[in-house]
Amino acid sequence: MRRDIFQAIADPTRRAIIVLIALQAMTPNAIAENFNTTRQAVSKHLRILTECELVKKEQKGREIYYSLEIDKMKEIEKWLEQFKKIWETKFNQLDQVLLTIKDQKK
Amino acid sequence: MNNLLFNFTVDKATNTVLVNKEFAAELPLVWDAFTKPELLDQWWAPLPWVSKTKKMDFKVGGKRFYAMVSPEGQEHYSIEQYTAINPKTNLHWASSFADKHENINEEFPTSNWELNFTEQDGITKVNIAIKHKTLADIEMHIQMGFREGFTMTLNELEKLLATLKKIRG
Repeated sequence: MRRDIFQAIADPTRRAIIVLIALQAMTPNAIAENFNTTRQAVSKHLRILTECELVKKEQKGREIYYSLEIDKMKEIEKWLEQFKKIWETKFNQLDQVLLTIKDQKK
Repeated sequence: MNNLLFNFTVDKATNTVLVNKEFAAELPLVWDAFTKPELLDQWWAPLPWVSKTKKMDFKVGGKRFYAMVSPEGQEHYSIEQYTAINPKTNLHWASSFADKHENINEEFPTSNWELNFTEQDGITKVNIAIKHKTLADIEMHIQMGFREGFTMTLNELEKLLATLKKIRG
């Protein structure tokens, strides 16, 4: 199933997982040790993050390692910029309006 | 372009979006730009959207009924009800979504806006605080897609990105 990327970061535990694995690839057990929840809960978060393609998993020997998809994070950053841009656009328009009025008064 | 202040933050503890902006103009002019429909309509909607004020009664208890017109010509209506006006000082309004008959859409959350105006040496600073009742209300605004697009997620995202940048050096 396809998931919204913002669903991935809407949850505090998932945000913490992202920060954790940004540093290095980790196994689910090692990740779970950092949280006060069950292994199953962490597995569920990892599954959602994987479905959102924010996280990739790699088999190394008997263990599965999770790591962060940096390019996907950059996509979010671009999206974030767009929202700031809305206010920026409005204010640039307002700057222009103010300038025009000032000129007319001269 | 210029070095006038522009800040955009979300305070999670109070469900408030904060926007601070300086303008290279004197206060009376900036005040007019926020309170006169013919001026508001020139900048309130981010292009390619257009703001169209249908009705405006600028007094406490009065309201501005306006449309955000999409590039395809579709109109999305909002109402701002003025709750406090202190000329050239501050301005409060409650912002709601509405239908074309000026009925407030109760299904969508109302947000309370507080705007403060100050001037120093010909530079006017406007501080805008947009208060939402709950975090869920802000989430709802995200789901509306457009509008100002303020989100909690946005704030969390910024923090997250900042943390990641620090980690990665």
